[in-house]
Amino acid sequence: MTVFRAAQALTVKRPTAARAGARRARLAANSALAVIGLCFVLPLAWLLLASVDPHAGYQTRWPASPSFANFAAVLTPELLFQPLVNSLLLSAGTAIVNMVAAVLAAYPLSRYRSRFNKPFMYAILIGTSLPVTAIMVPVYGLFVQLQLLDSMPATIFFMATTTLPMAIWMTRNFMDSVPLELEEAAWMDGASGPATLRKIVLPLMRQGLGVVFVFVFMQAWGNFFVPFILLLTTAKQPASVSVFSFFGQHGAIAYGQLAAFSILYSVPVLVLYTVVARGSKFELSPSIAA
Amino acid sequence: MPDSTRRRAIKHRFLRLLPVVPSILLLALFFLAPVAWSFGASFTDAALTGKAALHPQWVGVDNYARMLGDAVFPLSAWLTVVFVGASAILGQNLLGLAIAVLMGKAGGTMNSFVGTAVVAAWVLPEIVAAFAAYAYFSQDGTLNQVLGMFGVHGANWLYALPMATIILANIWRGTAFSMLVYRAALSEVPRDVSEAALMDGARGWQRLAYITLPIIRGSIATNLMLITLQTLAVFTLIWVMTAGGPSNASTTLPVLAYQEAFKLGDIGYGTAIASVLILIGLVFGAAYVRLLRGEKQ
Repeated sequence: MTVFRAAQALTVKRPTAARAGARRARLAANSALAVIGLCFVLPLAWLLLASVDPHAGYQTRWPASPSFANFAAVLTPELLFQPLVNSLLLSAGTAIVNMVAAVLAAYPLSRYRSRFNKPFMYAILIGTSLPVTAIMVPVYGLFVQLQLLDSMPATIFFMATTTLPMAIWMTRNFMDSVPLELEEAAWMDGASGPATLRKIVLPLMRQGLGVVFVFVFMQAWGNFFVPFILLLTTAKQPASVSVFSFFGQHGAIAYGQLAAFSILYSVPVLVLYTVVARGSKFELSPSIAA
Repeated sequence: MPDSTRRRAIKHRFLRLLPVVPSILLLALFFLAPVAWSFGASFTDAALTGKAALHPQWVGVDNYARMLGDAVFPLSAWLTVVFVGASAILGQNLLGLAIAVLMGKAGGTMNSFVGTAVVAAWVLPEIVAAFAAYAYFSQDGTLNQVLGMFGVHGANWLYALPMATIILANIWRGTAFSMLVYRAALSEVPRDVSEAALMDGARGWQRLAYITLPIIRGSIATNLMLITLQTLAVFTLIWVMTAGGPSNASTTLPVLAYQEAFKLGDIGYGTAIASVLILIGLVFGAAYVRLLRGEKQ
């Protein structure tokens, strides 16, 4: 039946007509995508143009006298460098705590069969779905009682915990794809569990570890709400929070400087994402859905 | 089995699980404890300052009763449903699918342009995306400039239509996730399946509706679940764009919990709202786990 219909389709539809149809479909798809792409780029135009316009407002326009004055104005230790260093400390600290905890947890979960594995992984999965903004009120209460408010290390450990379920989930998946035979050979030679993990498993999954590290780092770098609630001293606040002060907290909004600062603050994650998306076969998000 | 051997086996098994302990400690201290604390505090009159800050009193279900009697909470719950439904389930999901399908038909250059444009809004730090969206929708922002070209005099959208602006902003910000999920899913649909349908004379949209979508239904369900949870937790975008206003017209539950707890200092009521959100998250999480289990079997 299908064969017959297929033959019929071939005789009815002449190849030239089919090719013309395909070309039309391609043109339609291209134009639809062009419109969508423009809609997505449009909101970013203001950011780029205002950053080089010393007299910027919320209007998108070519600067009358384009200059890097806005960048120069924010390039000061207390406006830019201190917040960026804080962001770096928070994000790198969060990523390192995540990596250590996730690798340690993933090893037995990936290598040994146990009745404990399945319930733990499902609990972890439910943990990934907890809305972090919802637990900020109780976390604030907890931090007040434990006198951890305004503490960088405590904030790092909390931020690490919010991404830990995802990090464990991803790390275990990457570890599962390292073949067991290599380790078994090492065990035969008398190597211990920690030694094989360090010398065989981790080097083989370093690309996956890179993805987890970048994933966690980017989440922490972009996080506004958690440090906004938990860090009170200006000297400890990361760029995500300090940029908020350009936004009219001290009187009028400095539009151009806001845009310039936003760009400088965004560049590190844009670069990181590009490196990971280009350099590895893993996409950041589908590894979550897998 | 002799007793000592058995004891050694148990000890051995325990030692093997030892590396999981740091993770369990972190999750217990910073996840389970706040959740438990949240449910506990939601039955008290705990406050940010004053007498109730030091010695919170047990008030039973007062906070929850107040929630139902309060005019703001039902409004806020409804706005949250609208926000999640319109921006995630309809907006991000359908637009992401449409882009992924169109990319299968379009040229390589166009694909990388659109891919970069869509992903850029997603990779930017949330607060920067929020500033850009604020500027875009403000009185003399880009949107009104574009409308002006067509002779339309636009309003101050952030005040006139606050929900519409935060919904559009969240679609702009989050569509990349759905697009990436659907691109990956579509690339795994076997080519001969859709080619056979083509031979059968099925039209494009028929092929999509009856053949492709049923094949990738697992990815659709996973995607819907994940973007729902992500959108449920959105705070920064709304806080920067409208701060929940004007007069609560865009106060979703996370914004309401923040306002009650930190602006008005009522930790008890704030945690009650947070507890409701946590419960919704847990229900979705459990549903998500069931979904994944069903898929494996």
